[in-house]
Amino acid sequence: MADLKRTVLYDLHVRLGGKMVPFAGYEMPVQYPMGVLKEHLHTRASAGLFDVSHMGQILLTAKSGRIEDAALALERLVPVDILGLREGRQRYAMFTNDAGGILDDLMVANRGDHLFLVVNAACKEADLAHLKAGLPDCDAGMVEGRSLLALQGPKAEAALARLVPDVVDLTFMDVAIRAWDTAELWISRSGYTGEDGFEISVPDRFAETFARRLLDMDEVAPIGLGARDSLRLEAGMCLYGHDIDETTTPVEGNLTWAIQKARRAGGAREGGFPGAERILKELAEGPARRRVGLRPEGRAPMREGTAIHAGSEGGAAIGTITSGGFGPSIEAPMAMGYLPADLTEGTVVFGEVRGKRLPAVISAMPFQPNNYKR
Amino acid sequence: MKYTEDHEWLRVEGDLVVVGITDHASEQLGDVVFVELPEPGRAVSKGDEIVVIESVKAASDISAPLDGEIVEVNADVADNPGMVNEDPTGKAWFFKMKVADLSALDAMMDEAAYKDLIG
Repeated sequence: MADLKRTVLYDLHVRLGGKMVPFAGYEMPVQYPMGVLKEHLHTRASAGLFDVSHMGQILLTAKSGRIEDAALALERLVPVDILGLREGRQRYAMFTNDAGGILDDLMVANRGDHLFLVVNAACKEADLAHLKAGLPDCDAGMVEGRSLLALQGPKAEAALARLVPDVVDLTFMDVAIRAWDTAELWISRSGYTGEDGFEISVPDRFAETFARRLLDMDEVAPIGLGARDSLRLEAGMCLYGHDIDETTTPVEGNLTWAIQKARRAGGAREGGFPGAERILKELAEGPARRRVGLRPEGRAPMREGTAIHAGSEGGAAIGTITSGGFGPSIEAPMAMGYLPADLTEGTVVFGEVRGKRLPAVISAMPFQPNNYKR
Repeated sequence: MKYTEDHEWLRVEGDLVVVGITDHASEQLGDVVFVELPEPGRAVSKGDEIVVIESVKAASDISAPLDGEIVEVNADVADNPGMVNEDPTGKAWFFKMKVADLSALDAMMDEAAYKDLIG
C-alpha cells in the first residue's frame, strides 16, 4: 500500500492481528481477530480502544493572546456559539461554506488561553488551510508528535482511572490535561460511539506503552474501523463525506441542535458565518429535505446509495440512503438518509434493494440509547 | 468435496448436490447478518446469482455452480445467519440442487486445487 501513511501504533495493530486497510490516506485496522460484530458488542458491554491518530489535532490561538478573540474569530467559520464555550469544555461544530454546505465537522475545546480542535483525517489539511486563510488574526497549527486514542464503553472510566485516577472527575464533554508517567495527556470525556468514554491525546513516544497498558486490562479490547462505523451509526452520528458534505447544510443534516441561540436570528451574534443566509432561512422556514433515521422492516440491510421511494411501485426516488448497515446491538438493520422534510417519524417508505422495494420506517435516532456520564 | 472459483463447496448427497461457502469465504466476508435464499423449485443456470449474503461489511452474491433445479433450501441459515461463520462447511449449507449431469463435478477443483487457489 504505497503512499499510505501509518500511525505510531501501526506495528501494534499488526501484532494484534489487525486487518489493515486504506482509510483517509492511512493504513488503519478495519478489524481485529475478534471481528466487527463482537468488537461492537464488546464496546457496548465493556470498553474498546480505538486508534484515531489519523484525525487532525489543531491548536488555534489569537495573536492578541486572548481566548475571547480566538473564539470570536472561529465563529466567523462555524455557526456555533464558541464565545459561550467555557474553559475546560468541548462542543461539536462544523465548518460551513458560502452555500451553507458543510466542509467538515469537528470538536472544539476551550483550553483556557487557546482552542483545541479535532477534525476528520480526510479534511485536516484543507481545514488547516481554511483556518489560516480565514483567520489572519489567529495562529493555527497542526499538532505534531501526538497520537489520539479513544477509549469507549461503560467500563472505560474504570479502565482509564487505573492509569489516571482523577479522570472520574470529568463529565461528558469536559476536557482536561492530566499527567501519566512523565507524559502530558490531553483528555476529553467524549467519543463517537454513543457510549461513555474518553479521547486521549498522548505524546507519540508514550503512545504504544499507554495503549498496551490499557489493552492489558481484561475490560479493554482493540476495536477497528468496522465497529467504529456500526457504533456511530447506531448512535445516529454523521460520517463526514457520507451523511453530511459540502452539499448538505447543518439544518438539512438535522444538526440544528449544534447551532446555539446566540448564532440564530435574534441572537447576540446572529449569522456572521459562511452560508448564514441560507442556514438562517432554513432554521426559520424549515429545509426542503432532512436527514432521518430509517429502520428497514426485514433483516436485509439497506446500504449507502440505496434509492428511497414513497410507494412500493412506480414514482421517482424521493431520497437516498447515506449510511446503512446492520446494528449488532439493536440486532436489526439501520440506515440514515435524506428525505423530504414533510415526512414524519412512523412513515413507511421503500428502499430499492436488488430490484425489490423493501419497506423501512422513518425512525428516531439514536437507534441505540446514549450512555453518557453527564 | 468439490470447489468453485467463487469459493463455493459442493458435496454429492444421493442424486442431489449440496452447496455452501468455504471457510475461507466465510472469513473474508466477516460476520454474516442476512442471507436470502432462492425459492425451492426454481430452475437455475450456471452463473445465476441466487443467494444474497450480507455481512457487517458488504453484500455479496452466490451463483448457481451448475445448471439445474433448486430442490431444498436451508431455512435455518436465513433465520440465523451467524451460522455461516460458525459452521460454513457443515450446518450452514445454503441449498440442495438437482443437476442434469453429476459428471460435471468431475471437472471442478478438488481440495488440493482449491487450497492452491486461495494460497
